[in-house]
Amino acid sequence: MLSLNINGQSHQVDVDPDTPLLWVLRDVLGMNATKFGCGIAQCGACTVHMDGRAVRACNLPVGLIGEQHISTLEGLNPADPVTKAVQDAWVALDVVQCGYCQPGQIMAAIALLRAVPHPTDEQIDSAMSANLCRCGTYVRIRAAIHHAAGALA
Amino acid sequence: MSTPAPRPTLASRRQMLGAGGALLLATFWPTPRQSRAQGASVPAGMAPEQGLLVENAQGAFAPNAYIRIATDNRITLILPNVEMGQGIYTSSVMLIAEELGIDMAQVEIEAAPPGGGAEITGGSTSVMTEWLPLRQAGAAARSMLVQAAATHWQVPVAECTTRSATIIHVPTGRSLPFGAVAAQAATLPVPQKTTLKDPATYTLLGRPQHRIDSAVKVQGHAIFGMDVQVPGQKIGTVAACPVVGGTLAGMNKAAALAIRGVQAVLVNTTNTTVCVVADHYWAARKGLRALKPQWHDGPNAHVTTQTIYDQLHDGLNGPAIVANTKGDAPAVIAHAAATHTATYQQPLLAHATMEPINCTAHVRPDGCDIWTGTQIADRARDTAIELTGLPKDKVHVHCQYIGGGFGRRLEHEYVTQCVEFARQVPYPLKIIWSREEDLTHDRYRPAYVDQMTAALDSKGFITALTHRIVGPAVVARWDPPELTKDGYDEDLSVATVITPYTYPAYRLEFARREAPGVVTAWWRGVGGTRGLFVVEGFIDELAHRAGADPVAYRRAMLAQNPRALAVLDKAAQAAGWNTPLPPGRARGVAVQFAFGSYMASIAEVEMPEPDNVIIHRVTAVVDCGRVLNPDQVISQIEGGLIFGFSAALYNEITLEGGRVQQSNFNTWRVMRMNEAPCKIDVLLMPSTEDPGGIGEVGTAAAAPVLANAMAAAQGRRYRTLPLLSPRNGADHKEQG
Amino acid sequence: MRNPMSFPFISTCVQGTRVKFSRVGGVLSGVVLGGAALLATTAHAHAAASAPSVENGRYLARAADCEVCHTAEGGTPYAGGRAFSLPGVGVMYAPNITPDKTAGIGAWTDQQFVDAVRKGISPHWKHLYPAMPYPAYARMSDAEVRDIRAYLATLPPSAQKTPENSVKFPFSIRGLMVFWNMLNGPAASYADDPDKPAEWNRGRYLVEGPGHCADCHSPRTRTFGLDNSRALGGNVVNGWRAYNLTSDKQSGLGAWSDEALAQYLSTGHADGHGTAAGDMADVIGHSLRYLSAPDIHAMVVYLRSIAPLHTAEDTVDARTPAAGDASLPQSTRGARLYASACAGCHMPDGTGRQSSFGTITGARSLGADNGRNLVQLLVQGSGMQTTTGVQIMPHFAGGGLSERDLADIASFVMTHFTTATPHNMEQAVHDARQAE
Repeated sequence: MLSLNINGQSHQVDVDPDTPLLWVLRDVLGMNATKFGCGIAQCGACTVHMDGRAVRACNLPVGLIGEQHISTLEGLNPADPVTKAVQDAWVALDVVQCGYCQPGQIMAAIALLRAVPHPTDEQIDSAMSANLCRCGTYVRIRAAIHHAAGALA
Repeated sequence: MSTPAPRPTLASRRQMLGAGGALLLATFWPTPRQSRAQGASVPAGMAPEQGLLVENAQGAFAPNAYIRIATDNRITLILPNVEMGQGIYTSSVMLIAEELGIDMAQVEIEAAPPGGGAEITGGSTSVMTEWLPLRQAGAAARSMLVQAAATHWQVPVAECTTRSATIIHVPTGRSLPFGAVAAQAATLPVPQKTTLKDPATYTLLGRPQHRIDSAVKVQGHAIFGMDVQVPGQKIGTVAACPVVGGTLAGMNKAAALAIRGVQAVLVNTTNTTVCVVADHYWAARKGLRALKPQWHDGPNAHVTTQTIYDQLHDGLNGPAIVANTKGDAPAVIAHAAATHTATYQQPLLAHATMEPINCTAHVRPDGCDIWTGTQIADRARDTAIELTGLPKDKVHVHCQYIGGGFGRRLEHEYVTQCVEFARQVPYPLKIIWSREEDLTHDRYRPAYVDQMTAALDSKGFITALTHRIVGPAVVARWDPPELTKDGYDEDLSVATVITPYTYPAYRLEFARREAPGVVTAWWRGVGGTRGLFVVEGFIDELAHRAGADPVAYRRAMLAQNPRALAVLDKAAQAAGWNTPLPPGRARGVAVQFAFGSYMASIAEVEMPEPDNVIIHRVTAVVDCGRVLNPDQVISQIEGGLIFGFSAALYNEITLEGGRVQQSNFNTWRVMRMNEAPCKIDVLLMPSTEDPGGIGEVGTAAAAPVLANAMAAAQGRRYRTLPLLSPRNGADHKEQG
Repeated sequence: MRNPMSFPFISTCVQGTRVKFSRVGGVLSGVVLGGAALLATTAHAHAAASAPSVENGRYLARAADCEVCHTAEGGTPYAGGRAFSLPGVGVMYAPNITPDKTAGIGAWTDQQFVDAVRKGISPHWKHLYPAMPYPAYARMSDAEVRDIRAYLATLPPSAQKTPENSVKFPFSIRGLMVFWNMLNGPAASYADDPDKPAEWNRGRYLVEGPGHCADCHSPRTRTFGLDNSRALGGNVVNGWRAYNLTSDKQSGLGAWSDEALAQYLSTGHADGHGTAAGDMADVIGHSLRYLSAPDIHAMVVYLRSIAPLHTAEDTVDARTPAAGDASLPQSTRGARLYASACAGCHMPDGTGRQSSFGTITGARSLGADNGRNLVQLLVQGSGMQTTTGVQIMPHFAGGGLSERDLADIASFVMTHFTTATPHNMEQAVHDARQAE
C-alpha cells in the first residue's frame, strides 16, 4: 500500500511502485481529467502539479512521489485567482478545439503564471512548448495566457 | 450551460430518444456519401411510443438527428455529427436556437446513436449538411409549439411570439414555457412548409458565439472515449503484428499472467493481435511486455518506404485511367513551343490524434454496448452486429467526445478489434492502444506521386495541362460503391479538377497503385490537401518561369472567378504583398477552392539556413459562404494551418522490413508552440452564399503556401514532402 | 532504442596493447589456483567442499552481469542470441546458458563450465572469443563459478538455438585464441593484500573480477587486451565513452563524494553527476543495484584508491543555468528544441521534472569528449531498470528531427550546461547514426 496526497486528500493505493501516477489517477482512482497522450513525457497531456511544479504524470512512478502533494485539474479550487483567470481566459478566447490536450495546457499555464505573473511571448514559448496540441490552438493559448496575466494584474 | 457530455448508459435507443410526452422531431440530412442510400426506411425501434416522430424531409429517409422538447422544458438536440474539436455542437445549437427562438444555453446536446444511414463526420461537411435541415426542424418545432399554445389560449397564432423557450401572447403578456405545450404540440401535424427567418433578423447566426463545450473541457469534465468508466470494466492493451498480414508465432502467456493485476491474455480469431487485460492500464502494459509476442512477418516483410515510392514513380509511365478531360491537352502539349513538367511526391502520414485509439465494449449474450469516439457510428454498430450476431436493436453505440479525429476515426477497425476481445470476457473491456501502437498501426494517408505538364503561351500562361496522379484509391476499400466504374476515386478531383482556375485544355489521369504493407485512409483535408500542394506548387513554378509575380500571375488566371479573385486581392492587401519585406524574409501565396470554400493564403517566412524555417506570419482570407460562427471559422483555419505545417515540415511515415519506423512523439514530430507561426491573421469575406466547409481548408493550404514561400526564400522548388526532405535539395535545385 | 548489435565488450577485440605475462603461466599450465585468501573477506564465502550455493550463484551471476550479454534484445533471459558485431571481425552471438541439454549448457559438466568462465575454453577445446570477459572472471574461484552454474541450473531451460557466428578469417580460427590468451590471457585469483583493509580487497575483487569494470573503462592494447598502464583511465566502447574511473579530480572520480559514488553504483543516479545511460545503465540495472551495501562500499573504497590519471576526454566544467520553465531563451533552434523535446523531463536548469533520474546537472555526458555520450543518448536513447520501473530516455533519431536538429540540441545542451565548445556536431550525430 502506498499513500499518496492528491488534491489535499490522502489516498491509499495498492499498486506496484513503478506504476506511473497517471494510471493510478485514471484507472485506480477514477480521476479522468489528466489525459494519456504518449507515455514518454513528450506531449504534456498528463501534466499535473507536484508541490506546485508542472510535472508529467505518465512517467512519474508513484514510488517516487513520497510526501509530495499532487494536484490535478479536477482538484483545483475554481475560485483560486490564477486558476480562475486561466480557465476564464480559455473560455473567453475559445481556445479549445477537441480539448484533449487542454487539461495539460491549463495545468502548465497555471504553473507558469504562478512563477512568472506577466510572461513574455518568449517565456510562454519556453514554458509551454513541451505541451503538444494537434488541433493547433497554440496561437490562442499564448493569447489566453496574456489575457489571464492581465486579469490578475 | 448544460453539459453536453454524453454519459455512458445502457439506455436503449428508444429510451434515449423518446422521452415520454415529449415533442420529438426528427430531421435528416444527407451525409456526403449517402446520396445513393436510396430506399432507406425508418429503422426498427425508431417510432417513439409517446411523442411524435416527424419527417421534415421529403420521401423516404433515415432520421438521424432529433430535437427533443420535454415536458419539463428541457430541450435536447441529438446530433449524429460528433464533436471532435471542429465546433459542430456550437454551430448546431446556434442553428436550432435561432429558428426555435431559444437561448443557446437552453439546449443540451446528446450524441445520436447510429441511425439508418451512413452517419459520418468528415469531409468538412457538417455545417454544409446541417445548414438547411436544422433550421427547418427548428422552425417546424417552433411553429407546432406556437400552434399548441395559441390553441390553448384560444388566440390567433399571429399574436404569439417566442423568446427564450417561452411562447408569449403579445397582446396579453401571457406566457407558457415550451415544455408546457410539448405534449400537445406532439399531436399536431408537422407543417409541410416552414417559413425560415429572414437572415437580416438573425440574432445568433453570423455573430461570434462562445463554444458550448469550452467550460467542460477546461474544467476537465468532458468525457472522451478514453475516459469512459463502466462499472466492472477491465483495461486491455493490444499488440498487433508489426507487419501487416503477419500472424502470431509465439508468446509467453505465463509470464504475462504472472504480472500483478493481469487478468487475461487474449488472441483474436485471425491470430494477428494479442490483448492483455488487467485491472489497470499499467498492469496491462507490463503484461504485454512480459508476454513478448513473436510474429511470423508474412508476405509484407520485405516492404520498405522505397518499395512504395518506386512503384509510385513507376506509375508515371504506362496505362492510366483518364479521369477528366477537356479538349485535347496532350495534342496541344505535343505541338507547344514551350512546356513545363514537374513531378511531386508526398509521403504516408499518420494521424496521431492526441487521444490514442481506444474503445470500450461490453458484450453480453443479450446485448452489446460500445463506448467510443467515432466519426462513423453506423459502421461501429454494424461491425458489432456482424461479430456478435445480435439483432440491431441490441447493439448500442455511445458516442463520446473525440480527442482528435482528422479522419482517423472514420475507420472502425478498432471497434471491431475491441468487440472481438470483449466477446471473450464477461466484463466490460476498455482497450487502450499505447501511443506506439497508435502510430505503428495507424491507417495512413497514402503516399502519392504526381506529374504535371503544361503547354505555355508566349506570356507563360497555360494553354493545356496534363496531370497524372499515381497512388491508391482510398475509396475502393473504404466505400467500394463510390469507386467509379473505370476505377477512379473522385476524392482525387478536389483541388485538381475542382480548382478556381480554368484551363483551355485539360486531362487528368489516375494510375492506381495500392501501397503494399500498409492500409491507407482518409486524413484531414483528404483530396484537397494532397491536390493543392501539387497544383499550387506547379502554378507557382509557372509564375516564376514566366517571370511574373505569383499573385499577379494567379490574378490573370482568375478573371472568370470573382470569389477567388476577391479573396486573393484581399489577402495580398492584408499581407502587404507589394510592400518590402524585412531582410531575409520571403512570401509565398496559395489560392484554393475546396470543400465549398474559397481561400487565399500568404505566408511570410525566414530561412536563416537552408534547413531552418521560421514562419513569421500567415494571412488567410476565407470566403466560406455565410459564416455561422465567425470566431470558430477563424479558429479552424488557425488550427488547420498549424496541423498542415506540422506535416509539411516534419512528417513522413517510413517502413523497414514491413515495420513502421516512427513510434511516438520522439520520432513523430508535431509542431510545437515555439515553432508555430507567430501571427495568423484570418479574414472572413461577407457572403450570403450557403456555408462551405472549413475544418480542412486551412490544412489544405498549409503545404503549398509554405512551400511557395520557401521556394521564394531559397530560389529552388520544393516538390517533395516533407519540405525539409533531402530529396528537395538533391532533385529540385532548378527553379523550373 | 538500443541497438541490438551493440555491446559493451566489443572493444575487447578491437583495441588495446599490452600484456601481463605473469598471468600466462597459469593458463598454459592449466593450473588455476583456488585462491584460498580470496573469499576471506566476503560475506558470501563458503567452504569449497560444500554443495554449491544457488543463492551465492545468483548474487555472483548478477555481480558478473551475465544476463545482459546472454540475453537477446527483448529475448528470454540467459537464452543467448545477443549479437556482437565487431567491425572487421564479424558477428558473434552470446550463447544460450540456460540448462537446456542441447541448446544450452545443461549437458556440460561443472568443470567444463568452470573452464569456460575462467579460461575461455568451452567443451571440446573450443576457445571462446574474449567478448566473454574470462580473464576477469578468472578472479573468481572454481567454487564460486560452480555456484553460478548451480544458479543457472535453476533457470527454465530454453531451446532457443544460438545463431552461428559469422567471423571472418583469420579470426574464424578459434585456435588462434591460444595465442591471444598467452598475451592477454586469463588471470588467476589474487591473494589478499594484507596491507590493505578487508573492504579494499573485497572491492578489488568485485571491480576486477566479476564486475570486470576494466573491460569497458580501460583502454585496450592492439591485441585487444587491457592496457594496464592506463587501467580504468577511460575508453570508448561501442561509440560511448566509458569514463575515467581513476581518482583524478577533474577527469576521474576524485571530486565525487563517497556517498555520491555509492548512490550512483547502487541506483544509477547521483545528483551532480547525472544518470547512467547506455551500457552502464544495463550494468546498473542488471548487476550493481543487486549488490549489498557493504559490497558497494567496498567497490567505492577500491575505486578511490586508483591512482589519478588525467584524461582530457573525461573533463568538462559545468555551468549553472537559470531555473524555471520560462527561462529558456528561444533565439536558437537548439534552445527551442530543448524546450519542446527535452524540458518535459529535464527542466531548463537540468533538474529532473518528474524524478531525480531526470536530473542531469553535473553529468559528464553533457559536454565531455565533444558531447560523445550526449549524442549517443539522443541517437540511441537509454533505459535502466530501477526499483521503480524502467527509467527511459527516448531516442530522437530516425523521425521528424533531422541530424542537424539533433546536433543543434547537443550544441545547446553543451553550451547551456557546460563550458564546452561544441565542434562539428552534425558530423558527430551523423557518425553515431551510421554506427547504429
